[in-house]
Amino acid sequence: MSCGQTILDYGLRSIGIGARLLPKADITLCEQVVLIGSGMIWNVYLALIAVTLGFFSATMLATAKASSNPIFERPARAFIFLFRGSPLFIQFFFGYELFVILPKVGFDIPLGFTTITVETAWFTKAWLGALIVLFFNTTAYSAEIFYGALRSVPSGDIEAAESFGMSGFKRFRRIIWPTLLRLAWPSYTNEAIFLFHATALVFFTGFPAWQQRGDALYYSNYFAEKTFNPFVAYPIVAGYFILFTLVIIFVFSRVNRRLNRHIAPELRSRVRYRPQIIR
Amino acid sequence: MEFCADPATIEGAKWWLCYLTTPKHQQFYFSFLTVLALILLVAPITLILGFGGALARRSRFYPLKLFGQIYTSMVRGVPDIVFFMFVPIAMDQGLEIIRHWINCPDVTGAIYQGNDFVVCTAAKLPLSTSPQWVHETYGFFLALVAFSIVFGAFAANTVDGALNAVPRNQLETGRAYGMTSGQVFRRVHLPQMWGYALPGLSNLWMILIKATPLLFLLGVEDVVYWARELGSSKTSIFTYPHPDWRIWYFAALLVFYLLLTWVSEKIFARFRTRFTRGQASSAGKIAIEAGQ
Repeated sequence: MSCGQTILDYGLRSIGIGARLLPKADITLCEQVVLIGSGMIWNVYLALIAVTLGFFSATMLATAKASSNPIFERPARAFIFLFRGSPLFIQFFFGYELFVILPKVGFDIPLGFTTITVETAWFTKAWLGALIVLFFNTTAYSAEIFYGALRSVPSGDIEAAESFGMSGFKRFRRIIWPTLLRLAWPSYTNEAIFLFHATALVFFTGFPAWQQRGDALYYSNYFAEKTFNPFVAYPIVAGYFILFTLVIIFVFSRVNRRLNRHIAPELRSRVRYRPQIIR
Repeated sequence: MEFCADPATIEGAKWWLCYLTTPKHQQFYFSFLTVLALILLVAPITLILGFGGALARRSRFYPLKLFGQIYTSMVRGVPDIVFFMFVPIAMDQGLEIIRHWINCPDVTGAIYQGNDFVVCTAAKLPLSTSPQWVHETYGFFLALVAFSIVFGAFAANTVDGALNAVPRNQLETGRAYGMTSGQVFRRVHLPQMWGYALPGLSNLWMILIKATPLLFLLGVEDVVYWARELGSSKTSIFTYPHPDWRIWYFAALLVFYLLLTWVSEKIFARFRTRFTRGQASSAGKIAIEAGQ
């Protein structure tokens, strides 16, 4: 079988398009590269959605934690502690079991012109269930980063905004938020990278790979078990992750440059990749 | 307990007492100790490897420097879970190949035969005749090595960063007092480094705690394994039939880990005030002013 045929068969295998059976015997390098690459679709999907949504919820959670009103501050603190203090691994297991015991019903959401039926069974599928866990997790971690940045916004800036007559949401949106983002961005870049790496955990924790549609690590684990040779499949998945990590660093550095464009060059904060780690 | 002899006839508090003290539950409780043992064993090894890696990276001897650089940078960019999957299986195969060469020199067949990994029976690790506990200990040992290597690399990054963070003029002052470079390192560089390394190391400790459920992926019968095993629904064939209770077992694990991280946070807060005492950093000055 030529490599072109392999790409057609397995290029989108992780989302259920292409050949049904996974390669079993005489596994070629091309098959490994293509199938593991196809698994990366899952990692990118989960990380992209979770980080994008998590960004907004984390901003809200960080302001809630910094709030002087205990009605906001206490729950925010508890949420952050819960998700930062426990392993993501256990969160996945717990989340999955929680979603399994949800009553199996469908909710109808009328949208006027059409009606969407939301099934609770979707929660036990990785595309929604794991996404929710990852979303909560990144919300908690990012909120802690944003909270730290929020507290280091220079008080002079805030006082200046007040003397200009800004208050409430306007002050937040025009003065506090941009500075907060600028201060938090280097750490937030790392958070995005870790979350991307954490997506590799999904199919090893409760969430079943339905019809063998799994992520990159799922397939490389499959190959390592089939060929008894870890020295091919794992370096391939490592290569893919390094590649996408570089993409994240590139994108986030661009944003960082924009956030820092009014700052004197020698005072700008640089995105420095710090190695980490599991959560 | 004697009244547990026939669980079908008892109920209420007694049933719970009997249920929670079954031999399998005792193994579940023991697995918490396995987790703690792993953390307590990995932590010192990690520190040693971290120092080794950081010093190798700063070495003037080029091959050693290269090794240090590769070791410290290998954990960047690649999810550590890949290492946790890779290191144990690679080490297992490596050891078996070496034993294959030593123990069975007369077997000439290739080890990698297509999709198979073939070593002679005498090279298997552990030997298929060895008792169950040897298999379990071997699995734990592989996990220990994987954790140590990965976290050693993280710690090396932290220690290297901390060594760089010590103000240069402190070291130059040491030299100006006529200390040798070894003396400067021991008397000035090392004591000051701790203050800078502590935030990173405490972070690493937290991460180590939160990484321990990965033991499950490595095939060790850890807390996650037992939570799944005991929590899954038991039909009436079992002595203690119950529906799917996995969520409660995982809730218990969640509480265990939250407690562990919470206690660690408190302890590290104490360490922080100790190590920053008398240091020329803002935290140190605050500590002095607070009279600590």
